[in-house]
Amino acid sequence: MTRPGLPAPARVALLAVAVVAVQLATQASGRGFYLTQLTMTGYYALVVLGLSLLMGYAGQISLGQAGFFAIGGYAAAFLSTIDVSAQRALPAFALATRMGLLVARPDLYGGTTLGVNPWAGLVLGVGLASGVAFAVGVPVLRLRGHYLAMATLAFGTIVSAVAVGTQRLGAADGISGVPPFPILPGVRIGGGSADRVANYYLAWGLVALAMLLLGNLVRSRTGRALRAIHGAEDAARAMGVDAARMKVRVFVLAAAMAAAAGVLLTHYVGGIGPSEASVMKSVRYVAMVAVGGMGSLWGALSAAAVLEFLSLRGVFGAHDDAVFGGILVLVMLFAPDGILSFRARGIVEKLRGRPARPGEGT
Amino acid sequence: MTLDLALQYLVAGLTYGAIYVVVAIGFNIVYSATGIINFAQGEFVMLGGMIAVQASRSMPLPAAIALAVAAAAAVGALVEVAFLRWLRKPTVLRMVVITIGVSILLREGALFLWGEGVRSLPYFTGDEVSSVGILGARISPQVFWVLGTVALIVGALEWFYRRTLLGWEMQACAANKDAASLCGVPVRRLVTLSFAMAAAIGALAGAVVSPITYTSYAAGGPLAIKGFTVAILGGLGNSGGAVAAGLALGVVESFAVSVLPAAYKDVVTLSLLLAVLVVRPSGLFASGEAARLKEF
Amino acid sequence: MNRLLRILALLAFVPVLARAAPEPIKVGALFSVTGPAAFLGAPEARTLEMRVQELNAKGGIAGRPVQLVLKDTGASPEKAVSFARQLIEEEKVFAIIGPSTSGESMAVKALAEEGKTLLLSAAAAEAIVNPVLPHVFKVAPRDSYAVEVLFQRMKKMGITRIGFLSSNTGFGKGGKEQVERLAPQYGITLAVNDVYDKNATDLTAEVTKLKAASVQAILNWSIEPAQSIVVKNARQIGLTVPIFQSHGFANLQYVKAAGSAAEGVIFPASRIVVADQLQAGNPQKPVVEAYRKAYEARYGEDVSTFGGHAWDAFGILVQAIEQVGPDRVKVRAAVENMKGFVGTAGIFNFSPTDHNGLDIGAFELCTVKNGRFAPLGG
Repeated sequence: MTRPGLPAPARVALLAVAVVAVQLATQASGRGFYLTQLTMTGYYALVVLGLSLLMGYAGQISLGQAGFFAIGGYAAAFLSTIDVSAQRALPAFALATRMGLLVARPDLYGGTTLGVNPWAGLVLGVGLASGVAFAVGVPVLRLRGHYLAMATLAFGTIVSAVAVGTQRLGAADGISGVPPFPILPGVRIGGGSADRVANYYLAWGLVALAMLLLGNLVRSRTGRALRAIHGAEDAARAMGVDAARMKVRVFVLAAAMAAAAGVLLTHYVGGIGPSEASVMKSVRYVAMVAVGGMGSLWGALSAAAVLEFLSLRGVFGAHDDAVFGGILVLVMLFAPDGILSFRARGIVEKLRGRPARPGEGT
Repeated sequence: MTLDLALQYLVAGLTYGAIYVVVAIGFNIVYSATGIINFAQGEFVMLGGMIAVQASRSMPLPAAIALAVAAAAAVGALVEVAFLRWLRKPTVLRMVVITIGVSILLREGALFLWGEGVRSLPYFTGDEVSSVGILGARISPQVFWVLGTVALIVGALEWFYRRTLLGWEMQACAANKDAASLCGVPVRRLVTLSFAMAAAIGALAGAVVSPITYTSYAAGGPLAIKGFTVAILGGLGNSGGAVAAGLALGVVESFAVSVLPAAYKDVVTLSLLLAVLVVRPSGLFASGEAARLKEF
Repeated sequence: MNRLLRILALLAFVPVLARAAPEPIKVGALFSVTGPAAFLGAPEARTLEMRVQELNAKGGIAGRPVQLVLKDTGASPEKAVSFARQLIEEEKVFAIIGPSTSGESMAVKALAEEGKTLLLSAAAAEAIVNPVLPHVFKVAPRDSYAVEVLFQRMKKMGITRIGFLSSNTGFGKGGKEQVERLAPQYGITLAVNDVYDKNATDLTAEVTKLKAASVQAILNWSIEPAQSIVVKNARQIGLTVPIFQSHGFANLQYVKAAGSAAEGVIFPASRIVVADQLQAGNPQKPVVEAYRKAYEARYGEDVSTFGGHAWDAFGILVQAIEQVGPDRVKVRAAVENMKGFVGTAGIFNFSPTDHNGLDIGAFELCTVKNGRFAPLGG
């Protein structure tokens, strides 16, 4: 599925130009506040990109990506909001503080708390999600079709149930008051309107980086192997591709990306709730991949950017879920290869009622 | 645990279990005829309850329920004709995704039509507090209606598949679609029929159970998940297995409440589902015993 | 994205064209109209829309119409944050009413403060206004008051051993925290303390557990249909002990759903639900009766306590603006010092240290008699 057209680095450069252009445009028109939602869109796009790799290239359906996002997000939220200042005198804690593992922060009301360094939260969150993905992926990816879909659905629902049922994770209210993440000197994820522009560039910078890296992966031998698995797994195996291992690796990679997005978005928004782990969220990610075209990273990115942005701005109002449900149905019916491959002719054919061959259509 | 308490937990478990069984049977009917898992099955149960309640405002109860069943059957058939038949490249992925989309649309449609409030039919016999005493346990009469209806459904399906021409044709479809088609079995119509049947029995169960559980626009989702679990446990397509697995799961959940914090009840069920999928995807009853239970 | 920007550029001209009309006062609202907290957010949204329309029909505030910008957050904190930022930075609303749930309120608290926008939350958690942030207020009474009113009654009835059930939502959780905290103070033991899933359709197993523990009373804390299911199931298995519920029960649809099982259930409620039975001299009577009549006439459904929070929040805002004019700093101070505001939830007395303004008198202990709500005497 190599596309004709611009070579990949050029495309990424174009993306960078577009990102800058949008920012300048918002500034010029006085609509700097769009950057908030654009930033959130960027982080959600990371999840969709990982899923696109998994579903589009490796052909494995996953209805549980929101679960990995939540694992990352909750890990970051939990660790950065605990307060162990009562134990600061103990040797282990004192050592951790000197090492920078624990950081002191002023809280909203004038006191100081001692929480875990957000970097540690990032590493632990992504690590935990990757570990879980590996543990779940090895047995589950042996399944195909409906069974795989249901297994990932079950996984996502378990994460959601644990998030809602656990008091330490805030139960139904989630965790709030998550501090900003000082990721680079002078740049922190989160914070108020003053940090808006920096946050925007950071999020989309990460998206551009992901496009570059994933693009390379897709064009490499690994990428070709993945597509072989998607196309005809048994044939690929016969050719010496270790299908099982590849599938697990992509699964873990997608999970890691979702978890990283979860960590960063949680810091940006300042909190997380069990709604982020819900099945509906996983379904939305799948819808965005489907719209963009299963085998297209750029398609997935565009779809995510547009749909998520509109949703975050409340354009869909109270019918948010219905819109994504409708999108799923329409895309699967009329443009299963994504909106870019939508052909009016196909519709006309269908409406004219082509005779069906036995076994087709169900 | 005294006998009357144990009996109380048992009966509660059988009630939940009966509901799961009906949802699972609905999955099985569609799966057997088409190989598709219809994620919207939970919504059919919900629609049955909602439509019956709406109708019962202007007609007697039995008529309202009959209307709900017929309407749901029509919706089921419509879903198949409008959405699934058209799939150009029907891969499993696409079918899964489409039925998820349909379930969302049905749910949002219900929200739009009826709002977020809860509804239920009146109790068929007695009212909210009446109960029958058996060996010290007290059971609502509606429970007997539910168990009776489910038994009736299972029995009727059994008769249908074994004793009627249409039933045999559907079995042929399930066994080998192309061969059946070559033998003159009208495969496409039977596929539509299977959806209509699944929707109809789901709706009947939804109506009968609504006095106990109430129904609201979002009631379909959690039911579907429990229903899958039971269908998988019993073996996809194996309705005898679904009955056994459903009742067993209901009873296990019920007794679990007596010892575990209820918050993790679902986690236990889902982990069980995950474990079964991984270890024995053909279900707990995949051999020996189940071979004798007819697969439809 | 291009087309979007073009449309926006066009829209930028609209304010120029619209200068002739009096500039509306924009009021933002964040409610969970759909989703798991729909029982809270939907009545709140409907009430607010109704009030805004009524007010605009009478000419608005000092001749300026009120423009309501309502966003449905679906009870997701991340949506609440996204919409809050939109309301504060883009729509530049004068004030925000809501959110409906405690989790969301905690998430947007800091944003409202940073944006110096008045936030009138409809959620119950104490932590929303404790410690106090200058711009953050709440109009819902504390869960602890509801619990205390119930416990006081239980003590009077000589009950010391109860079975406590709550749902796994923010509402249930809030109640659970207060129940666990206050029970020892009233000499009450929680023989059973269980959380059930909000989607639970049958709770016979849970109430059987209560029967097995020989409790003297049942206390249930949830906002879903589960409230009615608990009551029904309990009576069905022959449990005759008194049943207490949270103020979530204060909506007639739950009573109707529970039918005859609901007789005698005791619960705290704002005076909305017994409006017609209040004494003539009760200061809240005209307010709650007006609300109830208007809501039921317009929407054809029973009032609930929660819709009343939107009524109160808007009323407080409007009164403040009418007192000191549409100046943000002055209005904030006016709200903070407002005393004696008669609302549906009670009589509000704000102060710089109390941004909730209600006391335990906000709740009236009620019961169900012949399928209708009645104040519980004695």
